[in-house]
Amino acid sequence: MIRACALTDLPPGEAVRVVGPHAPIAVFNSDGVLYAIDDTCTHQDASLSEGWLEGCFVECPLHAASFDLRTGAPTCLPAKRPVKTYPVVVKDGEVYVDAEVNKDVA
Amino acid sequence: MRTIAIIGASLAGLRSAQALRRQGFDGRIVIVGDEVHLPYDRPPLSKDFLLGKVEAVPLADQEDLDAIDADWRLGVRATGLLSTQEVALSDGTTVEAGGLVIATGGIPRAISNTQVLRTLDDAVKLREALADANSVGIIGAGFIGAEIASSARSLGKEVTVVEALPAPLTRVLGAEMGAACGQLHGDHGSTLITGVNVDSVNIDGGINLADGRKVDADVVIAGIGTRPATDWLAGGPVKVDNGVVCDAGGVTNVKNIVAVGDVANCAGHRAEHWTSATEQAQIATRNLLAGDTVATHTNDGYVWSDQYGVRIQFIGRATTDVRVEDGSIEDRKFVATYRDAANPDDIVGIVAMSNARLFTRLRRNLK
Repeated sequence: MIRACALTDLPPGEAVRVVGPHAPIAVFNSDGVLYAIDDTCTHQDASLSEGWLEGCFVECPLHAASFDLRTGAPTCLPAKRPVKTYPVVVKDGEVYVDAEVNKDVA
Repeated sequence: MRTIAIIGASLAGLRSAQALRRQGFDGRIVIVGDEVHLPYDRPPLSKDFLLGKVEAVPLADQEDLDAIDADWRLGVRATGLLSTQEVALSDGTTVEAGGLVIATGGIPRAISNTQVLRTLDDAVKLREALADANSVGIIGAGFIGAEIASSARSLGKEVTVVEALPAPLTRVLGAEMGAACGQLHGDHGSTLITGVNVDSVNIDGGINLADGRKVDADVVIAGIGTRPATDWLAGGPVKVDNGVVCDAGGVTNVKNIVAVGDVANCAGHRAEHWTSATEQAQIATRNLLAGDTVATHTNDGYVWSDQYGVRIQFIGRATTDVRVEDGSIEDRKFVATYRDAANPDDIVGIVAMSNARLFTRLRRNLK
């Protein structure tokens, strides 16, 4: 488990970028529900944590590819491949990401 | 319409084919491309491709190609329109089509004894030339020139960039922000010379400036813009004036012919941007299938450039009332907004260096 941040530092609509074991991970607070996905867009090098969060979707800040935070699946071009998703756990007011569990999109 | 021919097999042409299928067009699609390659992404060519980090980045994988199910005519040029429904090709054949998408792009403006960078073949040639060069001269300090300069610098070359205007990127970003971008060259050991024209380039490299100065360079690259690839349309039924003249929906003076991408002069403006090529393809194909202009696109002018480890993003239009909202130019990390002259509360443009987060938020408020 990787500690991402204090829950108070991740209010609704915000995102943080954390160092993962293999690649950076972005953690989002979508209206009170937390999601973690690979931070790097599968299209080209851009940080999704800097993107536009709308509901369960994040739009890449570089070329507007969009990903579903629940599944990691891209919802439009130019991205074609999914990002990985990770379980998020909140314990004692701290946000943790279970980066060992890599869930690929079916 | 049983056949639609797409003339041009790069981003705008490919996206047009995909958009046609997505909208249910189940007729025949013929795609004509003058390069021998299947569609590939051009932006990496000036960056990771020159550095040897990537090879050609395909825009369509096998699954995409299967879905498009097109008849590809690659390595063949369109040479003329025989009628509004028949295209002549350089191999002597013709293509008959009830609908036509013109996506022939742009041709780099050339200077004798210089290289240009537009196509994959250009990039291969340039990468080989850079391998043997110690010094590199770049004419034009726009985004492409600056990106090539950055790549050449990363490869350890001595880099000189020559810009005719007093500051780079003035037409896009305005003088102040253009100058800010120009400072990146000096930060990273490249030399930027502004406000002077190029007289000529020697056959063995070396740039002769109009003020008598000379710039040593083993390889010289011209990044001074493009002209629309419309030569093949001369004398034909489609109206041409700085590109293919079309309305805001990409429809030309001929109802069954639309234009997309760098070649399209839409409602008086030729965008020449990666993002607009994609957007135009969606709208123009819709209008083509509808047989009339039922939708229009709005060009938001979004561009990005990665150079010297800095990501520059711009959207909207530049004005002289430009305000740094966050960060500082000195830190090369900032966001600035352009304000409307009459209504300074209105943000009409945004430029950022290495602050995609705030840029992305502010662009939602763009007027």
